[in-house]
This record gives sequence, structure tokens and C-alpha cells, in this order.
Amino acid sequence: MSVLTRRAALAAAATLAAPAILRAQAAPLKIGFVTTLSGPGGYLGADIRDAFQLAIENNTLGGTPVQLLVEDDGLRPAQAKQIVDRFLKTERVKLFTGVVFSNVMEAIAPDVLDEGGIYVSANAGPSSLAGRGCHRNYFVVSWQNDTLHESAGENANRLGHKRVFVLAPNYPAGRDAITGFKRFFKGEIAGEIYTRLDQTDYAAEMAQIRAANPDAVFQFHPGGLGIAFIRQYQQAGLGGRIPMVVSSPSLDSTTLNAVGDAALGIEVSAQWNSDFDNPVSKKFVADFQARYNRIPTYYASQGFDTALAIAAALRGTGGRVDDTEAFRREMLKANFQATRGKFRFGPNQHPIQDWYAIRPERGADGKLFLKTQGRVLADRGDAYAEQCKI
Amino acid sequence: MILLLEQLLNGLQFGVMLFLMAAGLTLVFGIMGLINLAHGSLYMIGAYAAAWATLQTGSFLLGLLAGLTAAAVIGMALEAAILRRLYAREHLDQVLATFGVILFCNEAVAMIFGRQPLMAGPPAWLSGSVEIVPGVPYPVYRLAIIATGLVVAAGLYLLISRTRIGMLVRAGATHRELVGALGVRIGLLYTAVFGLGALLAGLAGALTGPLLAVQVGMGERILITTFVVIVIGGLGSVRGALAGAMLVGMVDTLTRGFLPAALRAVLPASEADALGSGLSSMAVFILMAIVLLWRPRGLFPAHA
Repeated sequence: MSVLTRRAALAAAATLAAPAILRAQAAPLKIGFVTTLSGPGGYLGADIRDAFQLAIENNTLGGTPVQLLVEDDGLRPAQAKQIVDRFLKTERVKLFTGVVFSNVMEAIAPDVLDEGGIYVSANAGPSSLAGRGCHRNYFVVSWQNDTLHESAGENANRLGHKRVFVLAPNYPAGRDAITGFKRFFKGEIAGEIYTRLDQTDYAAEMAQIRAANPDAVFQFHPGGLGIAFIRQYQQAGLGGRIPMVVSSPSLDSTTLNAVGDAALGIEVSAQWNSDFDNPVSKKFVADFQARYNRIPTYYASQGFDTALAIAAALRGTGGRVDDTEAFRREMLKANFQATRGKFRFGPNQHPIQDWYAIRPERGADGKLFLKTQGRVLADRGDAYAEQCKI
Repeated sequence: MILLLEQLLNGLQFGVMLFLMAAGLTLVFGIMGLINLAHGSLYMIGAYAAAWATLQTGSFLLGLLAGLTAAAVIGMALEAAILRRLYAREHLDQVLATFGVILFCNEAVAMIFGRQPLMAGPPAWLSGSVEIVPGVPYPVYRLAIIATGLVVAAGLYLLISRTRIGMLVRAGATHRELVGALGVRIGLLYTAVFGLGALLAGLAGALTGPLLAVQVGMGERILITTFVVIVIGGLGSVRGALAGAMLVGMVDTLTRGFLPAALRAVLPASEADALGSGLSSMAVFILMAIVLLWRPRGLFPAHA
């Protein structure tokens, strides 16, 4: 090796190393993580947070030192707005994620975006922010709300149901759920009920289902609400008599654990399941179980994918978020392997992805688990993408 | 007709549950003058203790016992340690302090049991459903709740109207100072009454556990409706709590069950559904407003 080339190599090494050293010394990038940790939806936020933290190695994400500021919104939009306001004004946070519920998202997204911040959603994908209300700095890694339930609608077609009774709580994601289901379901709607988001006793609804006597029931009740719904469905003698078709929020691995045998026979659809046979997903499930000693829900997989998406974007921008256009370019490349396999962003910066039918089955150890059955929808974007002009 | 019968039973069951909560809350308010927001936390404690003990021992009755004991013991400890200092204070202070107790209890329970909901089902001998009339299967467990609630209501009536303790409770509700002046150990009476209230909240929690999901924050939901019940019934009156609970339970269940369908007869389906679900979630508050217009102190005011 000549002197010249050695010098050139040294210079190159020094140039390459310099930004890394500078970056390491600078204050870590703050990520505002506003999520729901208390109440019936508490485990949803906890799973997203824990999975996101799993992706952070030695306090860095995509080579950038990060600091995660986690706050509980208690499923109260007003409380979330206060937290976001504090994050923006006093903590100077630029990058936000973590929100679980769509009503909270609708409250805080404008605050973040108007201040020039970036929001990357790990769960909520309300229709109001997917179509005309889309934004250059608003990304959704999970799904647009409707598509979850479109997969259930298509699943109901596949299963040959003709008359379906539909129920969902009366809040943005609940209305998206029924819209999404009806968009793909080809049969007749035997009845439609909007429940309350703070309701846990569904006795009155069970009586109405029995009176309508449909082929199947579609219901969207995330988290603790779903546990109560499925158990009461069983207790009312409807389980086993009228089949249930749901999408993943109404039966995840945690609710499955809680409701036990009452879940057998429920048909589910999701974009990810813990038995997915790809290396990223397998490693994620193993690592998550090793660190937290529980099976990750699909919420956890979204938290992890969101962290991977942010990591890929940060790697591209060299850890900078102040140039939002540069961050956006890197983000939209989606240069990462998602736990769900195929993943890319559509024109409204919401995912285009596959949907799968899954079903609770009894494993060799006698425990129930969710088993993937087959694909329901391929490369599905969402119904609002074409209304989005960015 | 069959649907109406089933909905009436649902309303009765919800009313009975609300009564168990409201009786304790209204007694504590009537006798000690304390607004106890932490009543919902005792409900949660009862539910958690019962679910946990049921899962550990496999016995529903042991779980029930654990739920009752935990709620009563923690309730009395809470009274002796914190709430006793609040009796002479203003209502705003009481609300602030007991709200603090809610936050403390929620976090403590989340630290002990985690945020994943806990689930212990009803015992085998109470699961399943029976046909009350041909063609209407009704869950046995809900029937058991109705029966338990009615027995407790009758027991409370006897306790308050026929026993010496009941006499002190009634006297304490109407003539607080006089009871103290007559040499009754008022501190002990207060702790006992608070313990009874906590026991009833714990019973409500332990009974609802197998029906709903046992989780952090479950107490706040029912607490708001419970306050509506005691405002309708008249603050401090157990009789009022019973009437208010039945009224709220029925109105809530029946409007949820029938209002959207009734509106659909006169309005387009989508508007009827939106309006119906909106109105039915407001129904109990509208009921409260109407009752207060007609009887500003509730149906059966204690300090008449």
C-alpha cells in the first residue's frame, strides 16, 4: 500500500467517523411517545411501548441516540393534547408516535403537524386523516382503520355468511370499522348497533342479536371491551350457535388468553400473527417473549415495525429530523424488513399490505393459540388514498 | 315480548349491581358527609382480589370471600389512615383527596397485577344458561347476581330498620351531632359504616368480575353512574339508592335496547342509529335532570 493511498484511506476513515462521533456527543433525539397505558385499553399501549423499546439497542435507533418520552393519555383526548403541548413547547420534541385510539389521534395529530412535527402511527389510522385530511408529515405503519375490517368483511364472504349483525363502539374507529366491513361484505346487514366506548356490559345487545337471529356476528371491541363481549356472548348461549367474524383488535393473543375456550370458533383476520414464518418476525417473537415473558400481540408487532420504520428513516437522514422533507423521503422508502413481511407505503402514506385469516386453535400443550389459515386480501391499500393530495 | 322480558331482566341485573355500589356510597355520604370518589377503587380491589383468589384456588366461593375481605379491610384501613381527616373539611378537599386515592390505587394494582386484564370465569355450577320461559335462555350467573342483590337489599333493610346499629346509622344520617353528644363512639360507627360500604362495593366488584374484564380503571366507569343513582335517589338514603339504581338500570338498558329500533321507524337508518346511540348514552343523565327538576333533593331525601 503506497503512502498516498494510505493517507487517502485514513482521510476517508476520518471523514466517515467524524459525524458519528459528533452525533454521539450531541443530545439524544427525543421521541414523544403518547400512548394509552391505563384503563381497559392499557395493555395495548404497554405492548406497543414494550415492542418499540425492544427495537432500541443501546439507546440508539438506526444508529441515532434516542430518548423515549413515554406518557399515558388515559384514553382522554384532552389529556393527550396537554402532553403533546408540553412535549412540543418545553421538551422541543419533533418526532411523535405511540397513540392507540383514533379519537386521541384525531385530537393530537393537528397539534403535532401544525407545529411542524412528524407523526408516525403504530396503531390508530382514522379515515379523517387518510383522505383529504392527509399530511406530508403524517405516516401510518399499522393500517388505515377501515382495512382491518374490510379483511373481516372479505373473510365473511369467504365463509359464506349471508346475513350479518354488526356492532362497534360509537367513536371514530368504531364508525370506520362498520364502514370498512360493509365496503367488502356482499351480504345483507341484519342489524347495526353502536355501543358506548365506556360500556362493558353487553347484555342488552346480546338480546337484540338473539332476536335478529343472523348467520354471523361481526363486532369490533378492542382490548378489555372484546374480552367482556366474547365472554358474555358465550354466557348468553350465542357462542357456538351464531358464528362470529372479527378482525384482530377484537381477538388478540391477550384477549384469547383471557376468554379461553369461548374464543374457539371465532374467525379472525389480521396483517400479522405470532406464527408468521419469516426471520424478522420469528426473532421478534422470541426476543419479546424472552424479555417480557408473554406472547406479543399484533399491537406489539406494529410497535416494533414502527420502530424499524423510524430507524430506517433516521439511518437515511443521519439522525436528523429538522429537515422534514428529507425525513419524509427516507421514510417513504420503507427500507426495512417488517415483521408482517411485505410492506410499503401508499400515496397517502398509509400501508399497502396483505391480510390473513387466523383462527384460535388448541396447541399440543393444550393451550389456545392463533393459527394463520391463509391470505384474505393481497396488496390492499385503502379506500381514501385517492382523495389524498400531497 | 320475549325480547322485552329479557331486556327487563338485564335492566334488573344492572340495577342490582348499581344498588350494591350506591348503597355504600350513599351511606358514607349520608352519615359522614364524605364524597368518596375512591368508592370505585374499592370495587376494583374487590374484583381483583376475587379474580386472583379464584385463579389461585380454583374455588369461586373462596374468591368471593377474598374479594369481600380485601375490600372491607382495605376500605377500613383507608378510612382510618386518610379519609377520617377529611370529614370536617370542605367537599372540594374531599374530592381532591379521594381522587388522589383513585390514582394511587390504580397504579398500585397495575404494579401488582400488571396491565393485562385478569379473568376468572364463573364457576361451572353457575355457567351456562337456563330457559326462563321457552325460547329465552338467560345466563344463570346473571340470575344469581339478581338473587344476591335482592337478598342483600332485604338484609340492608332489616339491618337499618330493625337493629341497634341501624338505628345509629339512621340517627347519624339525620342528627349527626346529637348522636355524638349522646355518647355513641362515633369514630367506631364511622369505621363500621365505611367498612360496610366497602364490603358492598367489594361484593359488586367480585360478582361483576366473571362477567366483565377485571382491569385497572374499571371502578371509574361505574362510579359516574353510581353518582347519578344516588343523586336521583336522594343523597344519604338507602331506600333512594335502591329506587335510583332500579330506575337507572332499567332506563339505561331499555333505551339501549329499544330506542335505536324505535327511531328507525321514523328516521333513515344511519341517522336513527347515530341519534339512538347518542340519546341512549345520555338517557340516564336526562333522567337525572328531569328528576332534579321535579324533586331537587332526589326521590327520597335523607335529611328531609
